Amino acid sequence: MSNVHPYVGRAHPRVDGALKVTGRAKYAAEFFADGMVYAAAVPATIAKGRIVSIDLSAAKSAPGVIDILTHENRPELPDSDEPYLNDMVAVPGSPFRALYNDRILYSGQPIALVVADTHENARHAASLVTATYEAETPTVDVAEARHEAYDTFEPRDGIPPPPPPRGDAEATFKGADIKLSESYRVAPEHHNPMELMATTVIWEGDGALTIHTKTQGVNNPKNYICAVLGLDPGKVRVTSPFVGGAFGMVLRPQYDLLVATMTAIKLERSVRLVLTRGQMYTMGWRPDTLQTVALSAKEDGELTSISHHAIQATSQFEDYQEPTVNWSGLIYDCPNVSLKYELAKIDVSTPSDMRAPGAALGVCALEIAMDELSYRLGMDPLELRLKNYAEKDQNDDKPFSSKELKAAYAQGAEQFGWKDRDSRPRSMRDGKELIGQGMATGCWEAMMQPHGGRATLSAEGKLEVACGTADIGTGTYTILAQIGADALGLDIDDVTARVGDTSLPMAPPEGGSWGAASAGNAVRVACTALKEELLKAARGLHDSPLANASLEHVSFANGKISLVSDDEKFVTFGDAVRGSGSADVTAEAMFEPDEDFAGKYASYTHSAVFAEVRVDEQLGVVRVTRIVSAIAAGKILNLATARSQILGGVVMGIGMALHEETMWDKALGRVVNANLGEYHMPAHADVQNIDVIFVEEDDKANPLGVKGLGEIGIVGAAAAIANAVFHATGKRVRDLPITIDKLL
Amino acid sequence: MPQDARSAPEPVAVTLSVNGETHSVEIPPSATLLDVLRERLHLTGSKKGCDQGQCGACTVLIDGRRVNSCLQLAVMNDGREITTIEGIGTPEHLHPLQAAFVTHDAFQCGYCTPGQICSAVGMLDEGHAHGPEEIRELMSGNLCRCGAYTNIVEAIEEVRRAREAPTLKAPTLEAAE
Repeated sequence: MSNVHPYVGRAHPRVDGALKVTGRAKYAAEFFADGMVYAAAVPATIAKGRIVSIDLSAAKSAPGVIDILTHENRPELPDSDEPYLNDMVAVPGSPFRALYNDRILYSGQPIALVVADTHENARHAASLVTATYEAETPTVDVAEARHEAYDTFEPRDGIPPPPPPRGDAEATFKGADIKLSESYRVAPEHHNPMELMATTVIWEGDGALTIHTKTQGVNNPKNYICAVLGLDPGKVRVTSPFVGGAFGMVLRPQYDLLVATMTAIKLERSVRLVLTRGQMYTMGWRPDTLQTVALSAKEDGELTSISHHAIQATSQFEDYQEPTVNWSGLIYDCPNVSLKYELAKIDVSTPSDMRAPGAALGVCALEIAMDELSYRLGMDPLELRLKNYAEKDQNDDKPFSSKELKAAYAQGAEQFGWKDRDSRPRSMRDGKELIGQGMATGCWEAMMQPHGGRATLSAEGKLEVACGTADIGTGTYTILAQIGADALGLDIDDVTARVGDTSLPMAPPEGGSWGAASAGNAVRVACTALKEELLKAARGLHDSPLANASLEHVSFANGKISLVSDDEKFVTFGDAVRGSGSADVTAEAMFEPDEDFAGKYASYTHSAVFAEVRVDEQLGVVRVTRIVSAIAAGKILNLATARSQILGGVVMGIGMALHEETMWDKALGRVVNANLGEYHMPAHADVQNIDVIFVEEDDKANPLGVKGLGEIGIVGAAAAIANAVFHATGKRVRDLPITIDKLL
Repeated sequence: MPQDARSAPEPVAVTLSVNGETHSVEIPPSATLLDVLRERLHLTGSKKGCDQGQCGACTVLIDGRRVNSCLQLAVMNDGREITTIEGIGTPEHLHPLQAAFVTHDAFQCGYCTPGQICSAVGMLDEGHAHGPEEIRELMSGNLCRCGAYTNIVEAIEEVRRAREAPTLKAPTLEAAE
């Protein structure tokens, strides 16, 4: 008996859960074809320079080797950037082209692709490829490149540049008595989804290709590969029904897609390419960013100026950008604000969006600075935030579509027991452990994208809802099934959701927390269109009891379309479908975000994060014992999957605060901890109690009232922990992660 | 210096017993158990997340003990009883741990999940976990980047308690709904 409406708003178990817990869910490297061959990529061993020669002789004579592709013998590739820019998430610059020429732009860049009959033979032969290089000295530390920082880049689509200054932050700061100006740095990070990067290209025989690839949206790799390799879009299908984590890493097509597809076409065979974990450290990453935050305030805590300056690393060939500093003009009410955002080029792969890009770094710096200010003022950190609460978006001079951050502060503080905190550093201890409690605010933009959806009802009363988005673990399958079940009044077991296939209606890549609002509303409008079609078919039946009814006169429930005024008058779904003359009734629709509304209102999600840490006084070991994350993010579609989204963000925030750091050898320009043993991300033992609270928030930006949850969980989490560490130890660490050496 | 490319060893005939079925395969001696399971037996439930024993996604049970299958040469397992996630339960007949993972939303992307579940099966049989703290410690070889840890521990703890007190009802598929 799960047919209890509405499904939306409840904690319904994942509809794909049974497939995932039994190992039946198929990821990109888990599709097979007769005669499939295996590829292995060979990485460059220098970070900058050019290839002089590649020696393939040993590899070519290794067992099972079928072909080896390099820049010298590869099939033709376009020599302009234009085709490679068919990437909905491209950034300004010249996109990376795998196996294009002899230039090495970063360590680990692929220089050859070995193809063999088995995985073992491909991997072995790849180890036999050697190359000689003309190497130049790389720079991989943004601090060394900061004197060449620039803000003259072409703005990235969808990333607002910092707003112009308001008031005079500099002069105000100069004249202020209570102020601070500090530098902050969060270590570069890699996404490290558990699934390895993979593409399986199935050669269908007549030039048609089915490509199974790890992606956050199948249409993007399809458009890209068709443009770059000049393929007929009608003969290319891309699928990605399950994605083993992504976090932004596969918003853009990665090189595995291009080289695997190029090889399949050349050999006219199916090809599987799975990258190694180490190779995954040679692509998108959360950029190293140097930040300075300056704050001044009156004695009562009222902020008088905020300045925030960031210099962020990018590659030599692209101007990757994220919104890092803008939050400092948005979260608090302040008349004098100056924000500056610059890039500096280093010899690395282009950074990419990683969970809450920009905000995870910028808000972290702001929120540690706010904590520092609270101690200068002798004021409770939460009180300081409330004192400067922003009632409107001062960056864009717009009211918020909704903002229940005050409720989040209140409910989070209550749940955490914030009022019992002794605010003095080092004032709370339990034996040899110092106890610290800190808090921070989080913020992320609530976005939507135009999005297609389709709904199909069979004569047996089974509903399929479908769109070309991805479920990267966010719960998309489940929320779409919930929305469909509610729309047609069906048991959710009679609803199937489909995503991750280019044969389904158009969808942008899913990311930026816009997936639920965009795909969810697309399925909602498709279901409305389906109901119109069903009613039309029902009206057309001989002696139809619904002859003159329109949509507002009828209800859809229990497998019937009934008159609201007289539920004895109805047409069953089966009769309506049969009346249509087809085996099923289907409707497609586009969801278009309300641009007028977006022009009038600013839409953001907010959080209040409270953290407790225990620090071993002698050993410096930090344990996060408790987190309360109170979220204001509009309507929650599924309390279970929504909670999991926030848990995941918080856990990644623990990693940012205490563990995660990609380290480059500055001489070699190479990541030296490119594995999951030496790049520490939180494990079971690092995660204890996390409470998630969703506060009521009524938002009108879209009919579902959804704002999105993928990012907000991480924003502020690392700052709250860093602030708790200060409270515990009296030591202010401004470069994260807070490893033991920084506390001893 | 790389070894002489042409001196690759001959394939070896191995009989693997996986989930109660016997498979005779000719494999290179260097083939890992994980790759043989995935690429030759098409048992893709065991996942490759690092291929070097650091993430636990490839965890299987060998003679009842949990093992990272990426660190096992397949040839070493001739005659041993191997259980993968496909042998733990099916969508129609979930193992209590599988049902508990669904009920507690103990996964997101699902990629680490088979390894978490196989590892939990092995861990509970080891008998050293007596509560959440020990579960966290003993499950720390299984990474989850989606951060489902608290839910995973709740799911395992529920099954552990049900096993300790058989009168408590173990989770079932019905409970998951």
